[in-house]
Amino acid sequence: MTNSARGWLVSGILPASARLSALVLGAVVSAALVLPTPSHAQDANTTAAKPTTEAKEKDDLGKYTLPDGDPTYNIAPDGTLDWYTYSGYRRYHAECHVCHGPDGMGSSYAPALADSLKTLTYAQFMEIVVNGKKNIGVGTADQVMPAFGENKNVMCYLDDIYVYLKARADGTLGRERPSKREDKTKAYTANENQCFGRPG
Amino acid sequence: MRKVLAAAFVTAAAAYAWPAVANDGLMNIIKDPKQWGIQTGDYANTRYSKLDEVNAGNVGKLQVAWTFSTGVLRGHEGGPLIIGDVMYVHTPFPNIVYALDLNNDGRIIWKYEPKQDPNVIPVMCCDTVNRGLAYSDGTIFLHQADTTLVALDAKTGAKKWSVVNGDPKKGETNTATVMPVKDKVIVGISGGEFGVRCHVTAYDTKTGKQVWRGYSIGPDSDILVDPEKTTDLGKPVGKDSSLKSWEGDQWKIGGGCTWGWYSYDPETNLVYYGSGNPSTWNPSQRPGDNKWSMTIWARDADTGMAKWVYQMTPHDEWDYDGVNEMILTDQKMDGKDRKLLTHFDRNGFGYTLDRVTGDLLVAEKFDPAVNWATKVDMDRSSPTFGRPQVVSKYSTAQQGEDVNTKGICPAALGTKDQQPAAFSPKTGLFYVPTNHVCMDYEPFRVSYTAGQPYVGATLSMYPAPNSHGGMGNFIAWDNTKGKIVWSLPEPFSVWSGALATAGDVVFYGTLEGYLKAVDSKTGKELYKFKTPSGIIGNVTTYEHKGKQYIAILSGVGGWAGIGLAAGLTDPNAGLGAVGGYAALSSYTNLGGQLTVFALPN
Repeated sequence: MTNSARGWLVSGILPASARLSALVLGAVVSAALVLPTPSHAQDANTTAAKPTTEAKEKDDLGKYTLPDGDPTYNIAPDGTLDWYTYSGYRRYHAECHVCHGPDGMGSSYAPALADSLKTLTYAQFMEIVVNGKKNIGVGTADQVMPAFGENKNVMCYLDDIYVYLKARADGTLGRERPSKREDKTKAYTANENQCFGRPG
Repeated sequence: MRKVLAAAFVTAAAAYAWPAVANDGLMNIIKDPKQWGIQTGDYANTRYSKLDEVNAGNVGKLQVAWTFSTGVLRGHEGGPLIIGDVMYVHTPFPNIVYALDLNNDGRIIWKYEPKQDPNVIPVMCCDTVNRGLAYSDGTIFLHQADTTLVALDAKTGAKKWSVVNGDPKKGETNTATVMPVKDKVIVGISGGEFGVRCHVTAYDTKTGKQVWRGYSIGPDSDILVDPEKTTDLGKPVGKDSSLKSWEGDQWKIGGGCTWGWYSYDPETNLVYYGSGNPSTWNPSQRPGDNKWSMTIWARDADTGMAKWVYQMTPHDEWDYDGVNEMILTDQKMDGKDRKLLTHFDRNGFGYTLDRVTGDLLVAEKFDPAVNWATKVDMDRSSPTFGRPQVVSKYSTAQQGEDVNTKGICPAALGTKDQQPAAFSPKTGLFYVPTNHVCMDYEPFRVSYTAGQPYVGATLSMYPAPNSHGGMGNFIAWDNTKGKIVWSLPEPFSVWSGALATAGDVVFYGTLEGYLKAVDSKTGKELYKFKTPSGIIGNVTTYEHKGKQYIAILSGVGGWAGIGLAAGLTDPNAGLGAVGGYAALSSYTNLGGQLTVFALPN
C-alpha cells in the first residue's frame, strides 16, 4: 500500500472558517479498513462515548467550536442536535455514503469514516476531502477517493460533514437520523448562498 | 476450437437464412447449449440452458470441480463466456481478461490487462464492477471502466482495435457488457449520478467505427425518434417529445443512462433495453416527465431509429432506473400466441408488453411491499393509461425539498436491480432475484460540477417492515397473469443472476456467498455450497467433454456491498437493532474467485 501526498488544489470556495494553512499537511493516514469488522456492527451498543467536556463556543452561524478552533458537534441534554451536525448527516448521505456506506459504517468499497475519524485530525480530514486519496497496489483492493476541492456540494458543507462524522466516531451519535435539532440560522443561509455564488 | 467454429458456420448456413449476417458464429454458439456465448445466455435474455445432466434428482450431489482466482478483490458481476474449449473470464477494474484452456485444467492461454487511469475508480458510482465480455466472429469485446471498447483476438488476446465511448472526467464510465448484433456491437454508458446525458451507440465490429448513436434525452435528431412513426403505447410520440418534458437546459445534464442489459429479436430486428434515472435525484430541480428516462426502448439494430418507447416511471422521484433486462419470449396469453417482452423494473412492477408493438399488457407488483404507487393505470380509455398512480405520501416531489419522505418501498436500489432473472420454457415461469428493502428519502438542492457527483438526496434504507425481516426474496413469477407463484425469503438482497435449466433446476447466488439450486416447480432447496465471497455474479452452465458444469463468480461488492456491508438499521426497531445478523460483513469478505461445479464421476 502506498500513500501519496499531493499538492492541494486551490478551490477558492472553502468555508471562511477553513484554516488553509492546515491543508499543506501531507496525508499520512492509512485507510486499510475495507469491510467493517463484525465488532463494529454493534456500534450503537459498544461505543464508549467520550463526552466532550471542554468548553465550546457557538457562533452566529450556529457552529460550535472547541478551544483549539476545531469545529465540533453539540447535543443538548434533551437530545437536540446542533444545525451543523444535522446538516452534515444530510450531506454525508448524499455525497459520501455511495462509497463509505450508511452512517459512516464503511463498505466493501471504502473505509468506515466512523472509525477513521477516531484518529484523523480536522486538518487531515480537510486535506483528504479537498485533494482526494489513492491506495493502489498489486493484489489489493485499490481504493481511490476523488478530489472534492471543486465540488461545492461538498466544500460548502465541509465542517458540517466533519462534525457529523466526529459525533459518529466519538459514539455520541448512533446510527439514526437525528430528530430534534436547532434551527438553521439566517447567517448560515447567507453563508451558504455566498459559498454557492447564489444571490442571498 | 477452430474446428468447432468451422463446423458451427456450416450448420448456420444450412439452418438459417439471416440476410448478410456477419456473426452466424455467435447465433450458432448461442443455440449450442454446450457453449455460453453471450452474458445473457441468448439474445432473448432468458438465461435458460437445455443441458439436463444436472437435474432436480441429482443436483444434491454437486461438487466443486475446479476453481480460479481472478487476482482482483472487488465486486464481481457478470460471468464467464465458454466458446469451444476456451473459457473467458473478466475482472472488475482493472478489467483483466483471462482465456482459460478447458482441456488443460484451466491453464491460462493468454491474459490481457488494459492500462487505465485509476482516477476512474471513484467516478464509478457504487463499485468498479464489470458485467462481462462479449464474443463474435473470433473477437472478444471488453468494455472497460473508462469506456474504452477493445476488440481482442479470441485466440491470442492481441488487440485488434479500440474506441473510446465517453469521458470519465465528465463522469462517463462503464460497468455493462456489450451486445454484438450482426456486424455491429451495441454499447451503453453510465453516469446518472454525475449528470451525464446518456446514449446507446453501435460500433462496427470489424473497425470500431461508430455507426449510430441514440441519446435517451434531447432533440429528436439526437434521440433517433421519428415523431410520426415512433410510438408510445400505440400513439406517435410527436415532435420534441423529450425536450417538451423538461424545463430549461436541465435535459443537458439529464441522465437516462444505459448501463443495463440488451436483448435482440432477429425477427423484428429490434434491440431492446431500458434507460436510467433522470438527474438529479431531487425531482424539484427537474419539473416534467423527463422523457425518455426510465423508458423501455425498441430500436432498429441497423439504424438505431426507435420503433416504440414506453416510460415506466415519468418524473422519477426515487431513483428507479429502468435499465433491468428485457426478456423476450413467445408464449400463449389469453389463448393467443404472443411475442412478449417481460421486464422486472426497479420500481417494483413486473411489466409484460407486446414486443412488436410496444403495447402494455400486464403491470403488477412483484413484491407485495411496493407502496409508492397503488397500480399502473391499465384503462385504455384513460388519459393516464400506462402511468403509475403515485401515492402522495410517498411522493418525494409532492412532499417537497428538505422534507424526509418516510417508508417508501422499494428503496432506491429497487425491488430488483441489474441482477438478471431467468425464464424456463418448461414451466413458463420467470425466476427473479429481488430486494426487499424500503427507504426514507429527503431531496435537496444541489449544484452541478462536471465530473462530480450530482445526487441531491439523502437516503436511509432498511428491510421491508412487517415482513420476514430479510432484505431479499427469490421468486417465481407468472408474466401472463402478473402473479408470484412462489417466493423464498433471503436474509440479504439476492444480487446474483439466475439460471434455469432443462434439468428442472434453478440456480442463484446469495450475498453471503452461497450457490443455491432449487426445484423449478416448487422452489424447494436442493443444494447449497458456500463459496469464498459473496455472490453478485450470474450463474453460467456449459458442457465440456460430455460433462455439464455450473460456474459462478464470487466477489462481494456492487451497491449491495456498499449498502449492506455494515448492515441496515431499522428505524422502527429502535437503537441497537443492528446486530451481527444484519451485517453482511459478519458473513463474508472481499474476494475474486470462479467456482466451477459438476456431478462426481
